[in-house]
Amino acid sequence: MAYSDKVIDHYNNPRNVGTLDKAKNNVGTGLVGAPECGDVMRLQIEVDENQIITDAKFKTFGCGSAIASSSLATEWLKGKSVDEALSIDNMDIVEELALPPVKIHCSVLAEDAIKSAINDYRVKNGLPALEMPKSHH
Amino acid sequence: MLTFPIYLDNNATTPMDPRVLEAMMPYFTSKFGNAASRNHAFGWHAEEAVDYAREQIAALINCSPKEIIFTSGATESDNLAIKGVFEMYASKGNHIITATTEHKAVLDTCKHIEKIGGKVTYLPVNAEGLIDLKQLEESITDKTILISIMYGNNEVGVIQPIREISAIAKKHGVLFFTDATQAVGKIPVDVEADGIDLMAFSGHKMYGPKGIGALYVRRKNPRVKVTAQMDGGGHERGMRSGTLNVTGIVGLGKACEICKQDMAADTARLSAMRDRLERELLTIEESYVNGSREHRLPHVSNISFKYVEGEGLMMGVKDIAVSSGSACTSASLEPSYVLKALGLSDDLAHSSLRFGLSRFTTEEEIDFAINHVKEAVAKLREMSPLWEMFKEGIDLNSIEWAEH
Repeated sequence: MAYSDKVIDHYNNPRNVGTLDKAKNNVGTGLVGAPECGDVMRLQIEVDENQIITDAKFKTFGCGSAIASSSLATEWLKGKSVDEALSIDNMDIVEELALPPVKIHCSVLAEDAIKSAINDYRVKNGLPALEMPKSHH
Repeated sequence: MLTFPIYLDNNATTPMDPRVLEAMMPYFTSKFGNAASRNHAFGWHAEEAVDYAREQIAALINCSPKEIIFTSGATESDNLAIKGVFEMYASKGNHIITATTEHKAVLDTCKHIEKIGGKVTYLPVNAEGLIDLKQLEESITDKTILISIMYGNNEVGVIQPIREISAIAKKHGVLFFTDATQAVGKIPVDVEADGIDLMAFSGHKMYGPKGIGALYVRRKNPRVKVTAQMDGGGHERGMRSGTLNVTGIVGLGKACEICKQDMAADTARLSAMRDRLERELLTIEESYVNGSREHRLPHVSNISFKYVEGEGLMMGVKDIAVSSGSACTSASLEPSYVLKALGLSDDLAHSSLRFGLSRFTTEEEIDFAINHVKEAVAKLREMSPLWEMFKEGIDLNSIEWAEH
């Protein structure tokens, strides 16, 4: 299967690979997927006092599309408010990376990772957890 | 001089040997006759070429030229052998024994047999990829007509105990068929010494052309017959109709001749290179060879690199062409059924790469592949959350992963 140029670019030059201190109160961590499925994404956000995401990091075990989806997600998250981040839809990722139908699950996983990281942040800061969509994975 | 990508997927297909192409060329143009045309020189030339190819093939596997039935490839040979025996020996029984690590061409044919009233036993394999001979013997009933066990596995290269299997088959009066697609031309395969009754193989796995294969069908002790699966002109002793693919047959014949002549030298060189590749790649932390290393084809190595995903890894090793046990593109997300049959967990199966060397593989290419894979694994582990957890001493089984 041929990958799009954007997927290849994110794969070769992944943005924001790394780890934030998950013990910190202003860091939200989302860990989604499962090793048996061949996809695990960990996405982390760091939020300032104005509810703005100042940093985002990821690590992904998965195919090129999964790596690219999470790399793109971290790019999009930086600078957004937590509420704005919630509006990132997996189909935006599909479109941006030109993912073929068999790789749509990678974008779904990235969206799950974003929501899961935001929820972790919310719960840590005394906010109610948002209802997570049933994992499509 | 290296040219990229470097081809190390020779279990999928091999490049054609230039000597094979040269032998085939005249049969496309000047000697284009139909081997079944009995009344002119065009037909005679074609028939002579086919007869000669049968001898070249027979010499490689130690059979009579009359025992070779030409087909379009190993998939057709598998179908013809299994369905053909099932129909021909229907009065004797309806039970077939095979193994879970067989090629899809065998497994799906067996599924078809089950749909039309047959019974099939699928033997499991151990962690080495080998069947249990005792279990095989115990599975035989008075209805068993065929044992179908492959010679060498396409994904891990494991060689089954063919002589022991055939001895059990013979003892119980059951026919023994083997899909030897990966073995013929690579290791000594001798239908007499190995006690094989039917055997499938194809041209393009041994430096011959695609679209040509053969089914060996024993004529003596016992005389085996298969029911044709295609109706037509009654070619190939009535077992496989259709105008003979003369160019392909000439190519298969030449490929067999070269394999016979070069086998000892090829095997020595290939296994040394494969062993070096494997030794080097096993210096990577948390990497494992899949399947028996003792009972194995000389040119194959299947290795899992834990905590990196195979498809992602393949993208990282874009300068070499290999295949992976991961199947992230399939709707099911199911990794290789062969690796799972060996008892690998899904995550290890997802982390595997298969290397298949060929007669044309060079030491320089292996050097490159070693470094390329090492770098890619290191890079991907750097971005793998599983690797980070492993390094922190977290047991991945203790984590509650999302349902899928």
